[in-house]
Amino acid sequence: MIDGIVALYIFMLAAFTGYEIIGRVPVILHTPLMSGSNFVHGIVVVGAMVALGHATTDLERIIGFLGVVLGAGNAAGGYVVTERMLEMFKSSKAGPKKSGH
Amino acid sequence: MNLNLQTIINICYFAAAVLFIIGLKRMSSPATARGGIVWAGVGMLIAVVATLFTPGLHNLPWMISALVIATGLAWYSGKRVPMTDMPQMVALYNGMGGGSAAAIGAVTLIAIANGTELHPTTATSMALALIGSLIGGISFSGSMIAFAKLQGWMDRRFTFPGQQIFNLAVFAVTVALGVWLFISSDNLSITVIVAFFVLAFLVGLLMTLPIGGADMPVVISLYNAFTGLAVAFEGYVLQNEAMIIAGMVVGAAGTLLTQLMAKAMNRSIANVLFGSFGAGASGEAQSIEGAMKAIDPSDAAVMIAYAERVVIVPGYGLAVAQAQHKIWELTQQLLKRGVKVRFAIHPVAGRMPGHMNVLLAEAGVPYDLIADMDDINPEFALTDVSIVIGANDVVNPVAKTDPASPIYGMPILDVDQSKNVIIVKRGKGTGFAGIENALFYKDNAKMLYGDGQDVASKLIAELKALD
Repeated sequence: MIDGIVALYIFMLAAFTGYEIIGRVPVILHTPLMSGSNFVHGIVVVGAMVALGHATTDLERIIGFLGVVLGAGNAAGGYVVTERMLEMFKSSKAGPKKSGH
Repeated sequence: MNLNLQTIINICYFAAAVLFIIGLKRMSSPATARGGIVWAGVGMLIAVVATLFTPGLHNLPWMISALVIATGLAWYSGKRVPMTDMPQMVALYNGMGGGSAAAIGAVTLIAIANGTELHPTTATSMALALIGSLIGGISFSGSMIAFAKLQGWMDRRFTFPGQQIFNLAVFAVTVALGVWLFISSDNLSITVIVAFFVLAFLVGLLMTLPIGGADMPVVISLYNAFTGLAVAFEGYVLQNEAMIIAGMVVGAAGTLLTQLMAKAMNRSIANVLFGSFGAGASGEAQSIEGAMKAIDPSDAAVMIAYAERVVIVPGYGLAVAQAQHKIWELTQQLLKRGVKVRFAIHPVAGRMPGHMNVLLAEAGVPYDLIADMDDINPEFALTDVSIVIGANDVVNPVAKTDPASPIYGMPILDVDQSKNVIIVKRGKGTGFAGIENALFYKDNAKMLYGDGQDVASKLIAELKALD
């Protein structure tokens, strides 16, 4: 059991980490980064799996099932979309015209 | 044995959390961005596989079929959509995450009502389960509306008199129900739980309906942060550290990103959420002097062919017309003639900050030709011709001159400073904000009517004919 105050520390440190990561990001990366962070909260699928795994009534099972479907959609879709956006960075970098800025 | 297995799973969650942070960190720099998503992806895979081995997990066939179906569908849809539709896909997947967090909250609450809860219920876990459900539910329905709007399935804005008071009342009732559930945690009623969730979804729906398309990037980013927070809170309820850390990191990062975006539009987040854009400008808007003057493609081609410096200002209209490839072809023609060409990108061009850069990169435009607003604005005075394609509000000088205008104070690209401006536009309509554009009436401005792709093709043909 995570103690309340320990949880508070974890929340606080994680929040600072998130803040620091985005702090100095060039505008061109805002969209991929938003998409990337959208993928990361797809970790919710893990929680939905646990919830479904411990469901005992049909109502819980249905909601848990929907939870896993939605969470897995978040993770898989978020990954593909982010990867496709970041793919663009490679193609233009490898392009003959690229000369840095 | 079971204890050992649980320890290994916990170590996997820890590894996943570390990989997520490294992944996000790498994604925040152009050089390492591509690898970043792979790091985070590996973390996700480890976490999901480890969870499958959790001791005492039931309903595995359901679980695996849910994973397979959803992953397959999301993977397929994500691969298939054109680049221009990326923002609504982000909204869609984000809403799904919010819905998933709300589902976890719902299952937890129902389990508590039935007396079959997984972990002993404390005041903190009960409160976080409820808050997480509320935020997740709002993010779910709100993101779905944002998706529908960006997809063009819905009218841009939906307003009625007394809307804000009505929304506030619905929100207050939802919170009251949440407090009721919190107080009666020993004796939960399924009916109240259901009502709570229905109302949470309703709040997200009502909140998003009046918001116009121009503000959608900020809204999606905000809901992204919401989902992160909801995931972190439900993570506490399930005693899952990976969810707490990943959710909180995204919640904080998303909040900061939302602020950056709102700042780029010179608006506060509260203003985006509660002040309908372009609806109620205070006072009388200044009348605009002058008339619009049309130009035909052959004159425009001559103008740019013999210019020294040309700046192209692309907007979302360019992406809609799928004209980015043709524009790059046109640019190459000009570069061949020795014309200095640059692209000027407003921070909120496209549907998300940086969206336009992605679209131009897709067409093969090299980064050194792309300038952001602060870099390019001093150069407009030295520019012979600016070509505005599919952009409107971000070049409207009214933002500087007319305090009564709803976009007053928004930073704009100073296109009107250049010697000539060619505005490529389909018709005489106004932009997303629904405001007349004073630029179109300026003496140095010429309107080149037509679809972006069409006009670019004509200009290319005319340029080739000049040789």
